[in-house]
Amino acid sequence: MLIFLLATGLTLTLGLMNVANLAHGSFYMLGGYIGFSVALYTGNFFLGLLASIFSIWIGGMLMYRGLLQQRFAKEELAQMLLCFGVILIVSDLCLWLWGGYPKFVVKPMLFKGSIHLGSIVLPFYRLVVIIVGAIIAVFLWWFQGKTKYGAIIRAGVDDEEMARGIGINIILVRLLVFSLGTALAACAGFLGGPILGLYPGIDVEVLLMAIVVVVIGGVGSLSGALVGAIFIGLINSFGRSLFPEFAMFTIFAPMAIVLAIRPSGLFGEA
Amino acid sequence: MRRYTLYIYIAVAVILGLLIVLPQILPTYYVGLLTLMLIYAIFAMSLDIILGYTGMFSLGHSAFWGSAAYVVGILNVKVLQESNFPLEMGAGLLFSAIVAAIFGLLVLRTKGIYFPILTLALSLTLWGIPFQMRLFAGGGYGIPGISRPVLNFISWDLSSTTNYYYFVFIFFIIATVAMYFIVRSPFGHALLGIRESETRMQSLGYNVWLYKYIIFIVVGIFAGLAGIMLTYYTNFVGPSQLHILYSFEALLMVVLGGPGTLFGPALGAAIITFAKNIISSYTAHWPMVVGVIYILVVAFFPKGIGNLIKQYLQKRSQP
Repeated sequence: MLIFLLATGLTLTLGLMNVANLAHGSFYMLGGYIGFSVALYTGNFFLGLLASIFSIWIGGMLMYRGLLQQRFAKEELAQMLLCFGVILIVSDLCLWLWGGYPKFVVKPMLFKGSIHLGSIVLPFYRLVVIIVGAIIAVFLWWFQGKTKYGAIIRAGVDDEEMARGIGINIILVRLLVFSLGTALAACAGFLGGPILGLYPGIDVEVLLMAIVVVVIGGVGSLSGALVGAIFIGLINSFGRSLFPEFAMFTIFAPMAIVLAIRPSGLFGEA
Repeated sequence: MRRYTLYIYIAVAVILGLLIVLPQILPTYYVGLLTLMLIYAIFAMSLDIILGYTGMFSLGHSAFWGSAAYVVGILNVKVLQESNFPLEMGAGLLFSAIVAAIFGLLVLRTKGIYFPILTLALSLTLWGIPFQMRLFAGGGYGIPGISRPVLNFISWDLSSTTNYYYFVFIFFIIATVAMYFIVRSPFGHALLGIRESETRMQSLGYNVWLYKYIIFIVVGIFAGLAGIMLTYYTNFVGPSQLHILYSFEALLMVVLGGPGTLFGPALGAAIITFAKNIISSYTAHWPMVVGVIYILVVAFFPKGIGNLIKQYLQKRSQP
């Protein structure tokens, strides 16, 4: 579910805006670290969550406004290089401020312990993360597919000039979508903090996960991201326990197969 | 146009002369830096052939040079336990060609923004593989202690930095000349046509896919060559050589130098390598500075230095 949260943000910006935000992993990391510090300082888990989401939301807007929206960033090549510049800056900043040792966000007292469902033992916190992920998934699906704002966003994707012609502020819409994507990454970073931890280099690992999920699921498709995330999550954990020597192949192989059969992903439009 | 070509000949002669003479004068540290520059230049030029000439925007270039380097490392340290240069080199180049062939099959059907993303995803998964293969590839620690080639038949001691520099220099010349001829050949012109309009080339009867596939593999071999040179230079190969950092670094070199000119990326490689070493000797936060450089390059040199020089010379040589 964590992987889903992570991948939705990327698939949103990629599918709805045609911008591959390669700094997605960096926002995950930065959001996680900011939340970690706030939670540690105030002792409140939820304040940490809010801080991480809001700061990265603003950070995403700044990045979009300051770099990606500029005239020189019209081409993909330029966008990718800009994103990579941001990756380097953020990773170095995090290493500088938070050091090289792994940090784990402290779980709130409320969600400690585990639940026994018959013979299965579930850590309560993981269950909460799954539920939060499900809520966000449903919300995004509803927002994108059923509301007026979702319609505006989709209109902007399909025909930017037409949407602009009927009076939609497309620049604002794109800004909001982009920052929503980064905020989702931060949310995943903070919620994943107690489970995966935060350490230098996680930005690229997370980026890999998100990209693979998006590739398998199909770009711009929420259901694709969901299926892809579950698929990769299962394969990854099974692969790691069954063939620890070849854990990466277990990600690589399905991706290669999906690409060979359906280049646009399982749920992507051709 | 004649003055334009004359300038080029003079420039090439001067640069070649400098590259031959300088290592005799400079201290060892700078000779090492020059070696790195040449290696990166091969790498960046090979990327430029698919990026600048063919218009394929690949983010997975480090996959080729990393995988070739790993083959050399494994052969050198784990299998042969002695240096067998022709075998290592051949196997490394062959392997990078195979990797490129597999990647090419998977990614060449896609268009637009999917192409860079797929190449990125594939090369990232490749980066993750050696971490798991502890026994064979040394896991996260990589393979240290790779010995440089021993060339018994001409008794050339490559362990000295200066000698190794000339060794790389020979391969640099071979690779550059080969790439120059590829770009200038009818094949290279067909690539340019593909960059400008794929549909038109298709209707002219070119098998666009095959052209792209072949050049993808050829470029993979050149990148593999650069990777092997780097491995021998550092005596080490680790997962970091497969990291996307190198793909992006090469991309930066190409963009700074000017895509679509072979000379530009080589110049870009020289500038970036030099700048990186200078900056990292002043501050530990050089990734941040390099990150800022990325943004500045995109903002201020969208066409690259090479293209600027080219335009300037062309303008001046016109009456």
